[in-house]
Amino acid sequence: MMRYLPHTTADIAEMLETIGISTIDALFSAIPEACRHDKDLDLPEALNEWDLEKHMNALSNEMADSSTYKVYIGAGSYSHYIPSALSYLLGRSEFTTAYTPYQPEISQGTLQAIFEYQTYVARLLGLEVANASMYDGATALAEALLMALRITRKKCVAVSSAVHPFYRQVIESYFKPTDFNVIYLPFLKNGRTDLDALTKSDDLACVAVQSPNFFGVVEDLAGAGNVSKQNNAILVACFTEPLAYGMYKNPGDLGADIACGEGQSFGIPKSFGGPGLGMFASKTAHVRNMPGRLVGRTVDKDSNRGFVLTLSTREQHIRREKATSNICSNHGLCALASAMYMALLGGTGIRELARLNYDKAEYLKAELKRNGIAIPFEGPTFNEFVVEFPKGFNKKSKKLLKKKIIPGLSLKPYYPELGDYHLVCVTETFSKEDMDLFVREVFS
Amino acid sequence: MKNKPSTPGLILNEELLFEKGKKGRNGFSAPKRDVPSFSMDEDLTGDGPDFPDLYEVDVVRHYTRLSQWNFGLDTGMYPLGSCTMKYNPKINEKLSGLQGFKDAHPMLPQEVCQGALKLMYDLEQYLARITGLDAVSLQPAAGAHGELTGMLIFSAYHKKNKDPRSKIIIPDTAHGTNPASAAFCGFKTVSVASGDKGILSPSDVADIMDEDTAGIMITNPNTLGFFEENVKEIADIIHAKGGLVYCDGANMNAIMGIVHMGRSGVDILHLNLHKTFSTPHGGGGPGAGPICVVEKLRPFLPVPRIIEKKGKYILKEKCSDSVGKVHSFFGNFGVLIKAYAYILSMGIQLKNVSQLAVLNANYIKEALKNDFHLPYDRPCMHECVFTDKKQAEHKVTTLDIAKRLIDYGFHPPTIYFPLVVKGAIMVEPTETESKENIDLFIETMKTIAKETESQPQLVLDAPKIAKVSRLDETSAARKPVLTA
Repeated sequence: MMRYLPHTTADIAEMLETIGISTIDALFSAIPEACRHDKDLDLPEALNEWDLEKHMNALSNEMADSSTYKVYIGAGSYSHYIPSALSYLLGRSEFTTAYTPYQPEISQGTLQAIFEYQTYVARLLGLEVANASMYDGATALAEALLMALRITRKKCVAVSSAVHPFYRQVIESYFKPTDFNVIYLPFLKNGRTDLDALTKSDDLACVAVQSPNFFGVVEDLAGAGNVSKQNNAILVACFTEPLAYGMYKNPGDLGADIACGEGQSFGIPKSFGGPGLGMFASKTAHVRNMPGRLVGRTVDKDSNRGFVLTLSTREQHIRREKATSNICSNHGLCALASAMYMALLGGTGIRELARLNYDKAEYLKAELKRNGIAIPFEGPTFNEFVVEFPKGFNKKSKKLLKKKIIPGLSLKPYYPELGDYHLVCVTETFSKEDMDLFVREVFS
Repeated sequence: MKNKPSTPGLILNEELLFEKGKKGRNGFSAPKRDVPSFSMDEDLTGDGPDFPDLYEVDVVRHYTRLSQWNFGLDTGMYPLGSCTMKYNPKINEKLSGLQGFKDAHPMLPQEVCQGALKLMYDLEQYLARITGLDAVSLQPAAGAHGELTGMLIFSAYHKKNKDPRSKIIIPDTAHGTNPASAAFCGFKTVSVASGDKGILSPSDVADIMDEDTAGIMITNPNTLGFFEENVKEIADIIHAKGGLVYCDGANMNAIMGIVHMGRSGVDILHLNLHKTFSTPHGGGGPGAGPICVVEKLRPFLPVPRIIEKKGKYILKEKCSDSVGKVHSFFGNFGVLIKAYAYILSMGIQLKNVSQLAVLNANYIKEALKNDFHLPYDRPCMHECVFTDKKQAEHKVTTLDIAKRLIDYGFHPPTIYFPLVVKGAIMVEPTETESKENIDLFIETMKTIAKETESQPQLVLDAPKIAKVSRLDETSAARKPVLTA
């Protein structure tokens, strides 16, 4: 018998008798013939645990993962060390196998943990309230724009073209069936958004800027805040690498009303792009327009402190077509992982780790520069930056791949005007030896 | 009952992390600093966030204690209707943590990520075969996300035919995500009620279907626990006026290997991998909500598409009719691995899964129909709906019954949904509960019914064994405190 299925023949017989039918098929008599499969499902023969593991190991071995390859790519997915304590705690089945905490009395573990997560995210981003998570940075940004449109009741959003190209594609998809407009702001020679390119408008709901942006360049968020104010619009600040806020000024302090982005860097493995974590925070004034779940503090009948899901009248199960979003299942376990990460790292630790990431990237940048590679964007960066490799670098890339080095991401598919530019990322997981080897190989 | 279902346990209190810590403590092993310090732009740098400094032991104790306040599937049964809380296989957790998957960057050159591309391609094929549809996208990160993608496809399809439509028909038994997803795409919901048998009637649909209606969003089996027997006729009515049929596949656990969605007239369906396909709920995600479509809608699926050519897997980015991207990368790959492993572990036994899920639900329905009011006394699928009508005579409500179940070691069923049934109690045992577990659940429900008559205060004061008693949700909403 399959180990997840407990029914013996005797069990089934007894149960059929209680129901008053003679076969299991009788339970499906209401299903018309025309709606049925007419043969067994065409699926491979069931594998036992041992053969399944062999099969999966074979697939896993066909992957260039960080343990065997040096992959110098960030672009929305980052290599960071994940403490063993985190993996161990996250594996506790009371966290992983629990349902959404709709029955708060028996979900206080999840609820307090998410309340703590909300607090961490609010403090990280310098804002007052954070939700319990969204799917990823891209959908979080799309929802942030829709939130800004709801708050201001306007019809237009301005988005920097230095926002991650995939995030912009998701925005396009979400906005297609609406009558909202998206205008894109170009970027300057220094890699920052050209805020002056924004023509004054009465119908602007928000200005959305990513910082550090797709090029790794830290944007002038204060400047973006001013431009937004001049247009009676909201500043939406997004990010793909939250570790940057371990050392750079946070979006809330620089004038953002809404900040959102990808939290994968905080204790969540890259896992070929998902599950990630949509972090989302805003000023308290906007909370009733916020998408996603919220955990609030309260007391029970005996005045003990407890936590509950709250402000649910924003959500789909109450408001249905008038909800702030359609989101139901979110990324609770990923939010928990990031809270554990922020807990282990601490305030002192996050500053040190951010600083280390910054210095590692600056080291590689300096070494490449020293050897004659151009760094086109002058602006300060965090752990990724754009380089201009020599013409015909593709051939070199293929050689490097054979040596298990992936030298960054070519920007040509996303910014064709940028030709041979590559986006290179370095984190605390790369040693000086790794980087010296990288430089040697690039110039060999 | 032989033994008490619960005892006071070793449950310790635990403060918030922000109430702990001392500056300078550390819980993270610092990586070696082998590069010099470089100067930073002082204008841009800040002080960093105000996080407590904690050491590893405090963090481990904190989360260990918190976990002990949670009821999980590994603790006991969750008969939550429409949630399919089936056992989460442990081997699948191990497999999603394999180095090659866990540490893979999503933008690797295609020649060095063939393992993941093959896994996703094969999973798409399996889901297509299971549902009886033609093409699949694994990108949506949750059921509601799949619904949104489906609605984007509705919109794109009609736009391509130069035939923009403004309405969607949605049954009043639908999950809230259905109208919310439709509204996201600018569609106006037109509601249709179920008939006396608890299913939709074709004539009711025909009355409201017109050429300004993009289509219908049905759930099949529906949220009352019944198979929509007239689905094919309803689909014909929708199709005849140029509309599309979207099926919310949340209840797929009742019909795998039995119902062919394509033959039923469905054009788009989403699946909840965290329901039917055993991936863990995680206390609120991450799940995955892939969509399956008929051939004519394949061109509209999100990009990139995975193509197989001579044993190699290639990503196709340019598909002119595609609705675009709905996720930053490929969707929740780490979740997809688990569903894939589950399908490979079960094979054609997925049909047994559905048969046994339906058997369990009908067994409960028969056993409890004299103790709890059954609004529809007919064979159900994998879930059945009761109400608190009998107990209301003693001033005990669905909520009270739910809370009392906690004292007996069960997570409550789904309550007050679907909205059309007053005081609804929706029970879905799933196939992974044994007859003994189910008999215990039945016995417990009967006990609570008796308590309602003879000692109602026990039910009204429940739960007693949880860490907290009933919480004040009203003030939580009136004066929200959302951070420490």
